[in-house]
Amino acid sequence: MLDYAWLLLVFPALGTLIFALFGRKLGRRAISVLAPAMIALSFGAAVWLFITLLGMPPEERSHEIVLWSWMTTGGFHVDIALLIDQLSITMALVVTGIGFLIHVYSAGYMHDDPRVPRFFTYMNFFILMMLTLVLANNYLLLYVGWEGVGLASYLLIGFWFEKPSAADAGKKAFLVNRIGDVGLALAIMFIWTGLGTLQFSQVFQLAPEKWAVGSTAVVVVTMLMLLAATGKSAQIPLFVWLPDAMEGPTPVSALIHAATMVTAGVYLVARSAVLFGLAPSSAAWVAGIGVATALFAATIALTQTDLKRILAYSTISQLGFMFLAVGVGGYVAGIFHLVTHAFFKALLFLGAGSVMHATGGELDIRKMGNLRAKLPTTYWTFLIGAAALAGIPLLSGFFSKDEILWNAWLKSPILWVVGFLTAALTAIYSFRMVFTVFWGKERDPKLFSHAHESPPVMTIPLVLLAIGSALAGYIGLPRLSLIGHWLEPVFAAALNNAEAAAEAMAHSPIEWVLLALSGLVAIGGAYVAYRAYVVNTDIPRRVRESLGWLAKVVERKYYVDEAYYAAFVKPTRVVAGWFAATFDKRVIDGVVNGIGGGFGWVGVQARKLQTGMVGLYALSIMLGAVALLIWLVIR
Amino acid sequence: MIPTTYYLILSAILFVIGALGVLVRRNVLIIFMCVEMMLNAVNLTFAALAYHFLQVNGQIFVLMAMVVAAAEVAVGLAIVMKVVRNKDTTNIEDVNLLKG
Repeated sequence: MLDYAWLLLVFPALGTLIFALFGRKLGRRAISVLAPAMIALSFGAAVWLFITLLGMPPEERSHEIVLWSWMTTGGFHVDIALLIDQLSITMALVVTGIGFLIHVYSAGYMHDDPRVPRFFTYMNFFILMMLTLVLANNYLLLYVGWEGVGLASYLLIGFWFEKPSAADAGKKAFLVNRIGDVGLALAIMFIWTGLGTLQFSQVFQLAPEKWAVGSTAVVVVTMLMLLAATGKSAQIPLFVWLPDAMEGPTPVSALIHAATMVTAGVYLVARSAVLFGLAPSSAAWVAGIGVATALFAATIALTQTDLKRILAYSTISQLGFMFLAVGVGGYVAGIFHLVTHAFFKALLFLGAGSVMHATGGELDIRKMGNLRAKLPTTYWTFLIGAAALAGIPLLSGFFSKDEILWNAWLKSPILWVVGFLTAALTAIYSFRMVFTVFWGKERDPKLFSHAHESPPVMTIPLVLLAIGSALAGYIGLPRLSLIGHWLEPVFAAALNNAEAAAEAMAHSPIEWVLLALSGLVAIGGAYVAYRAYVVNTDIPRRVRESLGWLAKVVERKYYVDEAYYAAFVKPTRVVAGWFAATFDKRVIDGVVNGIGGGFGWVGVQARKLQTGMVGLYALSIMLGAVALLIWLVIR
Repeated sequence: MIPTTYYLILSAILFVIGALGVLVRRNVLIIFMCVEMMLNAVNLTFAALAYHFLQVNGQIFVLMAMVVAAAEVAVGLAIVMKVVRNKDTTNIEDVNLLKG
C-alpha cells in the first residue's frame, strides 16, 4: 500500500483541477457531492495507510516515498517525496477526516451561494496543500504546502470579496502570514547552508553532529521557525489576522482557521523536534509565547460579543496550549491536543455556522438566547463541543489539556500556573457562549421566531464531530496513552536525557492531583459561567465596573490592532505615499522622461540630415569616400 | 604599346565625369548611366593594372563588377519603373518621401 501513498494527494488534486476547469458545467449539485467524495477517498487512503503502518513493527513505521526528483543543481538536490510516518499520518487523518465532515457540511451551508464551484475548488485545493505540508519529506516541499495553505486561506477569507471587510481581512491574513513565511524561508536557507540538505531524515541526523547544543546556528534556525509558526498558528505577535479571518464562510473558519491550517505551526515545531532539542532557549521561547498567548487570548475571548470571534480567540488560546506543550518537550501532548482540538473546535465553528444559518447570519450573542428550544441538535452538539473545550472531565479536551499541563508542570510550575489560570478562563468563556446563546430567555423575539434547525446535511457532521469530541480523548488516557506509544518513535531522537528523567518522574502521584485539579477547575469555570450568565446576569456588568479601565482595555483587545496600525501600517502608508507622490513622480518619472526626452532631442536634430535630396546623399557618400581615401593615404 | 598611365588617366576622367553626372543631373536615367560609367571606369583600372602586373586577379574582379552591375541595373531599373508609375516623373528632386 505504501507505494500508493500518492493517492492521498491525487484525489484533492483531481478535485481542484476538475472543479476549476469544469465547475460551471458540472453544476452546483454535482460539485456538492463530488467535492466531499474526493476528500472521502483521500480519507480512505489515509485510513488504509494508517492500518498498513499499524501492521508494521513500531520502529519500521517511517517510510519515505520518492515520487520524482524535483531539482538537482550542483550539490543541491530536492525530491518530491512523501514521508509516511506516525506523525504525518496522524495529521493526514485529521486533515482529511475533519476536512471531509466540513466538506459535507459546506454542501448544505453554501447551498444558496452562486459561487459553489469556486468554493469547493478552493476547499479541495486547501486539503491538497495541507496534505503536501504534512506529508512532505523535506523542508522545501513543506514550504510549498505552507505557502499553498496560506493562499487557500487568503482566497477563502476573501471569498465574499464584495464585502470590503472580507477583502481587507483576506489581505491582512496574507500580509501578516507573509512576515512569518519570510522566517521559514530564511530558516530553510540556513539549514541548507549549515547542513547541505533539506530532507528531514538527513537534517535530523546531521544537525546533532554539526551543531552544538545552543549554538548560534541552531538557535537562529529555530527562532526563525518560531517566527514562521507564530504567523501561521496565530500566536503573539502575529495573531492579529485570525480574528479578522472570521469574515470568511463559517465552514472555512472551521476547517482552516481552527482545525487544520493553524496547527501547521505546531506541526512544524513538532516535526523539527530534533532542532528544538538542540536549542533549549528557542524551545523555552516557544513555551513562553504559547502560554502568554493562551492567557492573553482567553481574556479577550471572555469579553467579545461576536460568536465567531469568541471562537477565534479561543482557537488562538488553544494553539497557545499546543505551543506550550511542544515548547516544554511534550510533543505527544501537543499533537494529542491538536487532534482533539480539531474535533471540538471544528464542531463549535460548525455549530456557530448552524446558529448563523438559523438566525439569518446574526453573530451577536447579545441578541440570541433560548435557542436550544429551536435548535436542539445544534444545542446538544455545541454543548458537547464547549464542554470538551472547557475540559470537563471525560471529554476529549480534558485529557489532552491535562496532558499539556502535566508536561508544563514537569518543566516549570510557573508555566503550569498560567496554563491552569487559562484553563479556568477557557471553561468560563466556553459556557458563557452556551448559556448566552442557548439558555436564558430570547432577547430578540424576531430573531427567535425565525430561527429553525439546519438540514440533516449540516446536522449529521455536527453529530459525528460531537461523537469525536467526546471520544477522541480516549486515545490519550494518562499512562495508557495509545497516541503516546504511537507517536513516541517519531520524537525519540529529540527527547534527550532531561526528558527521559521527566518521563521517569511521570509516574508520580502529583499527576493524579493535577488531573483532579484541572477537572475541578473546568467544572468550577462552568459553574461560574452559570452563575454569571444564567442565574444573576448582573454579575458581568458589576465585574466590568469594578475592573474599571482594565475591562475596557481587554474589551478593546488590548488595542493591539490599533498599536500595530500606529507602529507599522501608518508609517508604511506615509512612506509609501511619499514614494508614490514625490519619489515616483520626480525621480523615477524624471529619469525615464529625461532619457526619453534626450533621445527625442537627438532625433529632432538628426532628422534635419534627411533632406530627401538624392544628390545631397550622393555628395555626402562621395565626400566620405574621399575623406576615407585621404585618411588611408596620410595615416 | 600604350603605357599603363594613359589607361589610368582615362579611367580617372571617366570616373570624375560619372561622379559629377550623378551629383549634378536630375534625371534618374542619366544618373543611372553615370553610375554605370563610374563602374566601368573602375573596371578599366582593374584591367589595366592586371595587364601591368601580369596578374589575373584584376581581370576576375572586372567580371565580378560586371555581374554586380547587371544585378544593380535590374534592381535600379525596377525602382525607376515604380517611381515613374507612381509619380509620373523621372526627376530625382520630386522623389523625397523620406524627407525627415
